[in-house]
Amino acid sequence: MYEFDYKRPGTIDEVAGLLNDDTVLLAGGQTLIPTLKQRLAQPETLVDLSAIESLRGVCPDGDQLAIGAMTTHAEVANKATIPALASLAGGIGDAQVRNRGTIGGSIANNDPAADYPAAVVGLNAVVNTNRRTIAADDFFTDLFETALEEGEIITNVTFPKPEAAAYIKFDNPASRYAIVGVMVAKTSAGIRVAVTGAGPCVFRQAEMEAALSASFTPQALENIAVSADGLNSDIHASAEYRANLIKVLAKRAVVQING
Amino acid sequence: MPTVSMTVNGKQVSADVSSNTLLVTFIRENLRLTGTHVGCDTSQCGACVVHVNGNSAKSCTMLAVQAEGAEITTIEGLAKGNDLHPMQKSFQENHGLQCGFCTTGMIMSAVDLVNKSDDLDDTSIREGLEGNICRCTGYQNIVKSIQAAAKEMEA
Repeated sequence: MYEFDYKRPGTIDEVAGLLNDDTVLLAGGQTLIPTLKQRLAQPETLVDLSAIESLRGVCPDGDQLAIGAMTTHAEVANKATIPALASLAGGIGDAQVRNRGTIGGSIANNDPAADYPAAVVGLNAVVNTNRRTIAADDFFTDLFETALEEGEIITNVTFPKPEAAAYIKFDNPASRYAIVGVMVAKTSAGIRVAVTGAGPCVFRQAEMEAALSASFTPQALENIAVSADGLNSDIHASAEYRANLIKVLAKRAVVQING
Repeated sequence: MPTVSMTVNGKQVSADVSSNTLLVTFIRENLRLTGTHVGCDTSQCGACVVHVNGNSAKSCTMLAVQAEGAEITTIEGLAKGNDLHPMQKSFQENHGLQCGFCTTGMIMSAVDLVNKSDDLDDTSIREGLEGNICRCTGYQNIVKSIQAAAKEMEA
């Protein structure tokens, strides 16, 4: 690792005052520390968010669930009152990664193979920051890119409770990252199908959403042709293979919801 | 250099470390507690697992400064005097190790797993060991050791 300064402020305002081009926010560090070790980043200062208690916790609030940005995957897995979300969090990495890694860190990083983006978009959550509220559909913009501006800090993610939802992933057996992961949800904003792992960034599958709105059955997805254009292709899976997985996993999610 | 203070195996420790010192480096080189191993150094193998405030974590993927104020337990902190922890005893009795390199991490992960779960079976133990790799591939007896220790710990 290159050398850097380390700061752990106690309030969000103090954090905001420290942020500039040469600072990086440290949440759980499960991606950032390996990145620093590989010298893929050279920040002057790491600003650790872990001393800010208000960023932690799973708070059910009527028909919503607010999850603090610094809440670990393990806490979400144990406490989230949306079963599909709890199960998604419990499937991230391994137990030790889940004990440190956080929801805010994961979505701010926006790894194309991360699980949480599928939950945020699939369940139609909103991302709250120290400045504003960002709708899930506007938050994830591109490969490792989000709508966050300089100095903007995620404070929590609020999930409306869905009528029903299921997340199924085809994971890399070594890392447990999603080769493809699909969240299907019946929400108050209609049926949503969010796909992670397959493309450069999480996306919604509009054709499947329409088909499932007409008939919420796996058969409704049968004749949808998922294009491999623009999908990821790497040593783990070709774009065509991922395209096929999207349909297979979406059907499995529907089957799971229909019980 | 920042000063970092934490409790390790019940003892208060404090030292000046550079910000980029890993927790595992601090434990091994400053505290000379070399039971915590560095295997892959890329958060995959779990040889470096310690408990941070009661939760297992990979100490190669944490900075020493992040442990400020934390309670750390390493493999050296499990035994009570000459009495091995039930998990350590079980690994010994069930031959839960071959070369022994991964063992300390396995035991630390296993203790956390058993503390947090009821009714562990073969499958849930194997799932719980997702973050630990035994390159001798000696998993059979590791799982057996954990099953036996779980009974002992619940008793």
